[in-house]
Amino acid sequence: MATTSPAPVAVTRRHTVLVRVTHWLTVISFFALLITGAEIVVSHPRFYWGETGNSGTTPLFKIPIPASRDTVPTGYNYVLPDQNGWSRYLHFEAAWVLVLTGLVYVAAGLITAHFRKNLLPTPAARSLRAIREVFAKYLRRAPPGEAESHSYNVVQRIAYLSVIFVLFPFVIWTGLALSPSFDSAMPATVNLLGGRQSARTLHFFVSGLLVIFLVAHVTMISLAGFWSRTRAMITGRVKLPSEHRDSRGELRRE
Amino acid sequence: MNISRRRLITTGVAAAAGVAGLAAASRIARKHGLVPPDGCSLYGPGETLTYAAQRLLTRHSLAREFPRSMISSVPFANEIAKPTEAFKHHQAAGFSTWRLTVDGMVAHPTAFSLSDLKTLPTHSQITEVVCEEGWSYVAEWIGTPLANVLNQVGVLPQTRYIVYYASEHYLWGSIDMADAMHPQTLLAMGMNDGDLPVKFGGPLRIRVPRQLGYKSLKFLTHITATDSLKHFGKGLGSVDPEYGYSWYAGI
Repeated sequence: MATTSPAPVAVTRRHTVLVRVTHWLTVISFFALLITGAEIVVSHPRFYWGETGNSGTTPLFKIPIPASRDTVPTGYNYVLPDQNGWSRYLHFEAAWVLVLTGLVYVAAGLITAHFRKNLLPTPAARSLRAIREVFAKYLRRAPPGEAESHSYNVVQRIAYLSVIFVLFPFVIWTGLALSPSFDSAMPATVNLLGGRQSARTLHFFVSGLLVIFLVAHVTMISLAGFWSRTRAMITGRVKLPSEHRDSRGELRRE
Repeated sequence: MNISRRRLITTGVAAAAGVAGLAAASRIARKHGLVPPDGCSLYGPGETLTYAAQRLLTRHSLAREFPRSMISSVPFANEIAKPTEAFKHHQAAGFSTWRLTVDGMVAHPTAFSLSDLKTLPTHSQITEVVCEEGWSYVAEWIGTPLANVLNQVGVLPQTRYIVYYASEHYLWGSIDMADAMHPQTLLAMGMNDGDLPVKFGGPLRIRVPRQLGYKSLKFLTHITATDSLKHFGKGLGSVDPEYGYSWYAGI
């Protein structure tokens, strides 16, 4: 049953239900992991390389903040409130949400050819020149073209594929390597990373790369039109730029 | 917006199937003892998934052991409470007065002295102590596997958890039988070829190397075998959840 409207508004489907639900579940769990991860780091803001490391050994680097435990020699003479308990509970619960969401997303993405159709760069765009053109357009602050309202350009595709297939798997791997029980079943998880403290340091760095992606992602969305892009990720639909002036803007059911 | 009848029915059926599936999963998990004692909180689903997954994957796996060359030259002694008068008396007597009482669901409740424990088969392991804060060190631990003591006192078959207490009884924890009977779960009396120093939990400490350091309680004096953790403390399995830390620390 289609709603009748005097002047049909051009509306295209942008994101499938699967993409939208998994996107927002990932957003929620990522923020939970980020905040709790930061709280856990505060209990020992020193990083090491190799198998072991503690307050009596030389760190690879230190984060210049006070710690939430008085056994850590930070030099600040001040101990932050300890938030490790609930942070750890929530970190692991959110990790389950993230991992299960990711598994559903990747499985469905392969079955529905979402990756091949929407994220793999098109053959024409697989060139350095195409990538340079996108960046040149960004630098000129050119408004996004009509094509970009319903499909990703080559730089976006590379960024999204890297996050989905490189950064998230690596942050999950380095996180799992910190589980003493998981390591007992699969010692290679931690040994391949060069030891427990190396795994912890890498976990921290990969999380940093994910934060850089998050900042870039939100910046680009803001430049393209924060509410229209966010609305598209919630409702799944996008109004074409030429119809933006239509104030009635009723969504048409297909 | 309009929602077709078919869509409504499909969604309804899917939701009902989801709820029924969760209920069934929860019943199966409970039946097979895969729900941790602190599995009823806001974080219960996450804790249960972790504990159940670990129990299905890692019941018999061994914690990593390291070559002697990797023993940390600077093991980190975490903070301990100031010794009580009673502890000082034990210390003055060279810990000859120290007793480990084993009771609960056992055929022969026994109080072991340290020399009694030393007559049991000894075992040594070079494993890593991993703190929830993030730091770690590798040390050699020498003692007798907890399983030896449990077999000696005749732990009853319906036992599901081993509860253990430090000399100051407000510090206590528990592990399930998979960890209690695990060959690497040790009643440690020695460390790095010497007696276990007091600052590392001497004279007697439990080592549970597949879990975080806070499960490896120092100054062990009392072990109780039980089939339920309901009546211990607040029923959460150890003192840790009462302070906001998870009971299962294998992660």
